[in-house]
Amino acid sequence: MSVTTVEGVRAGVDPHQLHVTEHEGPASKRIVTGFGFWIFLLSDIVMFSCFFASYSVLVGQTADGPGAAELFDQRNVAIETILLLLSSFTCGMASIAADMRNAWWFQIAMAVTAVLGAGFLVLEVREFIDLVGRGDGPSRSAFLSAFFTLVGCHGMHVSAGILWLLTMMAQVVAKGFRADIQRRILCFALFWHALDIIWVAVFSVVYLMGTAA
Amino acid sequence: MSEHAYHEAHGHHGDLAPGEEESVNLGSRVLGYVIGLGLALLLTATSFFIANTDLVWQPSIPVALIVLAIAQMGVHLVFFLHITTGPDNTNNVLALAFGLLIVFLVVGGSFWIMSHLNHNMMPMDQLMQMQR
Repeated sequence: MSVTTVEGVRAGVDPHQLHVTEHEGPASKRIVTGFGFWIFLLSDIVMFSCFFASYSVLVGQTADGPGAAELFDQRNVAIETILLLLSSFTCGMASIAADMRNAWWFQIAMAVTAVLGAGFLVLEVREFIDLVGRGDGPSRSAFLSAFFTLVGCHGMHVSAGILWLLTMMAQVVAKGFRADIQRRILCFALFWHALDIIWVAVFSVVYLMGTAA
Repeated sequence: MSEHAYHEAHGHHGDLAPGEEESVNLGSRVLGYVIGLGLALLLTATSFFIANTDLVWQPSIPVALIVLAIAQMGVHLVFFLHITTGPDNTNNVLALAFGLLIVFLVVGGSFWIMSHLNHNMMPMDQLMQMQR
């Protein structure tokens, strides 16, 4: 699809001195959409970096309340991590199935992704309810405010991701693998994998560095 | 799907959308995700092991955890998001590099400034007395 133009074609010009320019033409809509969504994800990561910065600044400000080591259960976090990691894998399987236009495998992989994501959310909500029930809610100390903001914001993203995932399953049923649906699936996969990347930072910085021996 | 048909369907111009793979072969695509999952599980297990072990010098643990986390993010970027160093990925990598610059400035800058402030701040009881 590339168009080659030659500048300065005049009689008597040395052909070795001609400037040849390659025009690739505009990128396809799939590339433009994917790139735009990538920019959004990076800005989302920048927003999370602000929450990480405030958490790491406030981690010692416990106002004589409990610190990270007393509050967090590593076993719970390990299960959450594995659930999210497996869901990232099945999400990858779903995007392969979408490229192959295999609706059956796509629905199975997306359903497994949704179940794993929901399992992650259940564990996280249970942890939050447990903390609040013990009186260690977000108003207890600056450390806990920062913790609930950071981890809660990630949890909100996962909830929104699950809603988006269910929407994509319904849209594939209703409209099939149209080009616009394929672009949405591409963006959803990017979103879901980016959430897992942010979770890597969360479990390392918040849970493991907080409870390290 | 043949390679030609794939490129036709995706409007391939020598650029890749983020998340899009160069490989079109089903087996090698699945294998890429399997390798990514294996590496990520290995790094996660190492992180949890390091955080709980007495075998290593204790002050080195936070640094090790950060290095392992960055390695795992790299694994996710390459094997799940397919952000590579290939020439068809330049735009995606440049956007990522700018994002990382901002993340580094925000996190590193906040931490640096606030730890200096904490260090130079008068202890709270003395501050209270001066305000009386």
